[in-house]
Amino acid sequence: MLRLVFRRLLALAPLLFIVSVLTFSFTSLLPSDPVDLIIGDTGTQEQHEMVRERLGLNQPIVVRYVQWLGRAVRGDLGNSFFNSVSVTGAVMQRLPVTLSLTAVSALIAIIVGIAAGVAAALRPRSWIDRLATVGATIGQAIPNFWFGLLLVAIFAVNLRWFPATGFTPISVSPWDWLRSVTLPAVALGLSSSAAIARQVRSAMVGVLQQDYIRAARAQGLSARRVILKHALTNAMVPVVAVLSFQITVLLGGALIVEQVFAINGLGTLAITAVRQQDIPMIQGLVLVMVGLVVIVQLATDVIYGFLNPKARPS
Amino acid sequence: MSDDALLEIRDLDVTYWGRSLLGLKGKGFHAVKSANLSIRPGETLGLVGESGSGKSSIANTVLGLVPATAGSIRFGDVDLASMRTRYPSAVRKEIQAVFQDPYSSLNPSMTVEDIVTEALRVHTAMTRDERRGRALELLKLVSLSEEHLERHPHQFSGGQRQRIAIASALALTPKLIVLDEPVSALDVSTQNQIINLLYERRDALGIAYLLIAHDLALVHHISDRIAVMYLGHIVEEGPSDRVYRSPAHPYTKALLDAVPLLDPDAQRRRRATRKALPARETPRVASQGCPYRNRCPHVMPRCEAEMPPDYPVDGGGTAACFLFDGSTATTERTSDLGAPA
Repeated sequence: MLRLVFRRLLALAPLLFIVSVLTFSFTSLLPSDPVDLIIGDTGTQEQHEMVRERLGLNQPIVVRYVQWLGRAVRGDLGNSFFNSVSVTGAVMQRLPVTLSLTAVSALIAIIVGIAAGVAAALRPRSWIDRLATVGATIGQAIPNFWFGLLLVAIFAVNLRWFPATGFTPISVSPWDWLRSVTLPAVALGLSSSAAIARQVRSAMVGVLQQDYIRAARAQGLSARRVILKHALTNAMVPVVAVLSFQITVLLGGALIVEQVFAINGLGTLAITAVRQQDIPMIQGLVLVMVGLVVIVQLATDVIYGFLNPKARPS
Repeated sequence: MSDDALLEIRDLDVTYWGRSLLGLKGKGFHAVKSANLSIRPGETLGLVGESGSGKSSIANTVLGLVPATAGSIRFGDVDLASMRTRYPSAVRKEIQAVFQDPYSSLNPSMTVEDIVTEALRVHTAMTRDERRGRALELLKLVSLSEEHLERHPHQFSGGQRQRIAIASALALTPKLIVLDEPVSALDVSTQNQIINLLYERRDALGIAYLLIAHDLALVHHISDRIAVMYLGHIVEEGPSDRVYRSPAHPYTKALLDAVPLLDPDAQRRRRATRKALPARETPRVASQGCPYRNRCPHVMPRCEAEMPPDYPVDGGGTAACFLFDGSTATTERTSDLGAPA
């Protein structure tokens, strides 16, 4: 297992390199010029040249990339074109915000999804199964930003249980953090919990028909032990594969939900950076996101191997 | 039947209720109808019949996986049928099971040690070390070794897996093991090893088996007595040799005739007689009368009207067929049908 983790982490380096080359070249291929955006339409030719030189944009793309890479390997992702803040600093400042939103919504999606899926699978075609199926269909169909607005209207504006916008860091006040993160996390986690519920239900129905469930029941194990230990452990094998994908989806969805709740996370930063063609900022953001996705996948691979002995490297 | 029986099933009905659209009880499917069986301690009862005949339903009911609809299942001093599927631990310990498909009956995420000792963990106060020691003993009983303890089911062959399943059924040294088609999923060469293993364990530990199978030759080989099921009814019951060598019920004969003969000419002749029989659909729910009447070469008007009771048969046991209704003339009539070679 340790070797798997080590191998995967080693593979992360070339992956990040390829991704950085791609983002660097794509942003340079954009038809508009970031310099135009910085000084506006009124600037003179000299001003243009000055800014271009200050940003290093007068140099060939390969040279710029190598210079960037040289600093990046030491943790310096350059400075923003616009306000000269450090990209590393800006990203690191926003990262906890997006991470806590994604983590809480993943937690909600996993708990709700597994509970609903198991409840539905235990009594196929019962009312609870039908309720879960209909709920999952609706949950997957509703866009998260619309659901977010709905939650704000009900729980923030009308009932005043939660703040409508903003984010309180957990270090400032854990209680306010929880209050500020609940509505966006629910809005974000809805469709994932629906996807997980479906997967858990079908996997669980299949596992419950296996003879080892019959054998466990015949040995007189409690229903709880049969369901949790024998059935769910095996039903989670296909679910974990979906889980990794869903967490990636949540990371992407967080960028949109942050807008609805006016949360200053990576999403807000990314949208501004793209609009301004702030190449170093885009570059930094993409790399951090790719790193997160790889770590999530690595974690799910480890869990997968733990649940499924056949997948363990021998 | 006798009072010294370990397991005594009387007038057992098992009905599955389909769920209709409105959640009301639909028409029941009668899987088992007024079945009577008994097993003495250390005895092996073979239960045979085609698929859908209700033999697995009897197994599931004895194991407490499916509730009995009516009738009684006496095990020692307790009536299992009245407990429905909630057996106390003391009863569970005494009845264990080995299922058909060892690829499905072992939890793939557990190690062999966990599989074999799970029943001990639930039903005894043994410590981890004691359980491990017991697991080692059990593996040796089924010709596996210590190195197999930490492995997972997918690292074993079908025969080895079935050994593991048997080891786990033996863990608590039960009085009764329900063997539901224990070898039919295995290679013929492996089947023998598993059967010999079951034999050995029975003789060494005095365990009674309820052996469910569709292969009469195999059942005859290992059982003391055989019961034959057809469409939920037990149509014949008796000592193993008698049922196998001179079957009484027309259905048992048909079942034995289904075993191919080694001599092609004999096989051809037998097939010709079989093809001469009327091919009629068998009603799934026989409301009254003999369940076999539509396929029976000896069908009489009585068979349509009433269910034949169990008549005693020469050589021991009973057959639910009017051919055995008292007069010796009918018994002679059956003999010209010929016992299988």
